[in-house]
Amino acid sequence: MAIEVKNIVKTFGSFAALDNVDLKVADGELLALLGPSGSGKTTLLRIIAGLDWPDSGEVAIDGENALSRGASERQVGFVFQHYALFRHMTVFENVAFGLRVQPRAIRKDEATIRARVKELLDLVQLDWLANRFPSQLSGGQRQRIALARALAIEPRILLLDEPFGALDAKVRKELRQWLRSLHNEIHVTSIFVTHDQEEALEVANRVVVMDKGKIEQIGSPGEVYDNPATAFVHGFIGESIVLPVDVAGDAVRLDGRSLNIPALGAASGAAKLFVRRHDMAIGPAGSGTLEGAIRHVRSFGPIQRAEVALSGGEGKTVIEIDAPRDRELQAGEIVSLQPRRYRIFAAQD
Amino acid sequence: MCAAGDWTARFAPALERIVSDAEKLRGSRPHIFIDVSQVASLDTFGAWLIERLRRSLSDASAEAKIAGLSANYSSLVDEVSRVGEAPKGDGDALSVTGMLEQIGRVVVGIGGTIVSLVDMLGAVLAASGKVLIRPRSFRLTSTVHHLEQVCWRAVPIVVLITFLIGCIISQQGIFHFRRFGADIFVVDMLGVLVLREIGVLLVAIMVAGRSGSAYTAELGSMKMREEIDALRTMGFDPIEVLVLPRMLALVLALPILAFLGAMAALYGGGLVAWLYGGVDPEAFLLRLRDAISIDHFIVGLVKAPVMAAVIGIVACVEGLAVQGSAESLGQHTTSSVVKGIFFVIVMDGVFAIFFASIGM
Repeated sequence: MAIEVKNIVKTFGSFAALDNVDLKVADGELLALLGPSGSGKTTLLRIIAGLDWPDSGEVAIDGENALSRGASERQVGFVFQHYALFRHMTVFENVAFGLRVQPRAIRKDEATIRARVKELLDLVQLDWLANRFPSQLSGGQRQRIALARALAIEPRILLLDEPFGALDAKVRKELRQWLRSLHNEIHVTSIFVTHDQEEALEVANRVVVMDKGKIEQIGSPGEVYDNPATAFVHGFIGESIVLPVDVAGDAVRLDGRSLNIPALGAASGAAKLFVRRHDMAIGPAGSGTLEGAIRHVRSFGPIQRAEVALSGGEGKTVIEIDAPRDRELQAGEIVSLQPRRYRIFAAQD
Repeated sequence: MCAAGDWTARFAPALERIVSDAEKLRGSRPHIFIDVSQVASLDTFGAWLIERLRRSLSDASAEAKIAGLSANYSSLVDEVSRVGEAPKGDGDALSVTGMLEQIGRVVVGIGGTIVSLVDMLGAVLAASGKVLIRPRSFRLTSTVHHLEQVCWRAVPIVVLITFLIGCIISQQGIFHFRRFGADIFVVDMLGVLVLREIGVLLVAIMVAGRSGSAYTAELGSMKMREEIDALRTMGFDPIEVLVLPRMLALVLALPILAFLGAMAALYGGGLVAWLYGGVDPEAFLLRLRDAISIDHFIVGLVKAPVMAAVIGIVACVEGLAVQGSAESLGQHTTSSVVKGIFFVIVMDGVFAIFFASIGM
């Protein structure tokens, strides 16, 4: 089911949690709402679910106005960060719960409910846990049961609020791939909230980056990573080197020295230069636009990370860059750096 | 003007003198720049002196600025310039406006509390209406469970406390009445006091502390674990599923407990009157029959369900108001008990006026 959110405003006291948010979600999409804490992403999800109401604006699910309906009438499945499983019920009863409490007119008979629960437990690959209680399960298992419970009522939309937030890194990685493949299987329109950029980029078809109650950018994972629309998105997604620069015409200056790189159309005035760590080419002294002394080199995996103190500017600017392992780097070595790809955004304030 | 050299605490007396002299320039010209580019070293003392100078030279018509500040010291001077500024938004609590503001906030807070209580009352009534229309949706198991928790399990403590209070009332009564030779009137006092007031009020206060806090903690922890939101997305009305059985259990439990409490208090009072005051049981019962009427008993029991409803509503409102943190759970549990006891006593006062005016 397609979801359309128009001009949503929500304030808590004087704090604007959502500030004129517009969003369209296509049928069958897996969308990630990504942002730091306090960016309004959970509030937006709760408004779509019908657990909160906006101060103004519209929410339409499949073309129908959803704000006139309560949470239970919107047929949404909601997965909570802390699972919210009912502790006094077995796994089986937890999943069956939503089916058992449906209005009698559409309620299925006991045999159908049992078959459906069995099917869902198979889907989340936990059918062997049916008679356990939630307290006897691991975090990852609980979250999969919570997902099965949300799917039981055949929701039109699946909403997940930081579903993997309370799990450890390894389980989180496994569940990500599992969620991805599950979505490929059932194709229900899904929105999930996360503050973990890796999770959002890996799982979602489209990513919505939010900050301070506003949508900063909407795009595919590749788009938001390669072509960030704002300084915030560049800083938030992927690790960036940020240098305060001055733009005058087409010249870019750092601490008064020209960097010999084009300004890419940035307006004159104070600005910030953003470069991905791996987009900073490292070469022998004198060959690039920036120069500095290596302070420290750490190697892990396929890369090595070097801390470089830039010369000029009183040696205070220290940046971290990633270089391939085959390039020998030593502490104390003077190297020159050349941004291969970079973006310049006007400095705020 | 231009400052130069070391502006540190070591040279405090000399610097003080220079700054005091410079302050005399106040109001002499519209723009003054304090050039500090020649300053060799600066500490908090020096930074404060410069900031003091800047402030005393600034007034409505003139503005003084610090110029030529080196980057090394800019954060120090910024920090000092914030010293002594009135914190924004937080008015002086001792001023008249500050006090009025505080009073206003408290009044708005009380208004909010009353609105949320009335809101919950309405929601509970609406939910009971729905249950009356569809009796199958009534959650009997849950109600019985809560009845066990708040009624059956509360009996020992309620009986024990009211028994002891009965003993104390009786002992104090005999001790003081004996001086007038009016020992026997302790029975009148005990009967009226226990049946009309103490029995139900004491039990209500105990229930607010015992069951009201438990309700708030249960609902609050469900709220914290998002179970209440989960119920809502699955088509449940939390009022119908969680609040109504609890309210009903409490409304049924309090009259029972109040009755048991009154009996225990009369028993304890009679025991003390016999052993301590020498009023034998037969005389006690005879006197009790004369002293009290069924009205006293009814007055006591009529109050019980109303007080139970008040305690239940306060506890559920507080429980559902819990935010995500354990701290908030503790705060709301405390305020549930405090507000519960407060409203119970207010209700008791209202009832006293009501019964006095209908002559019961």
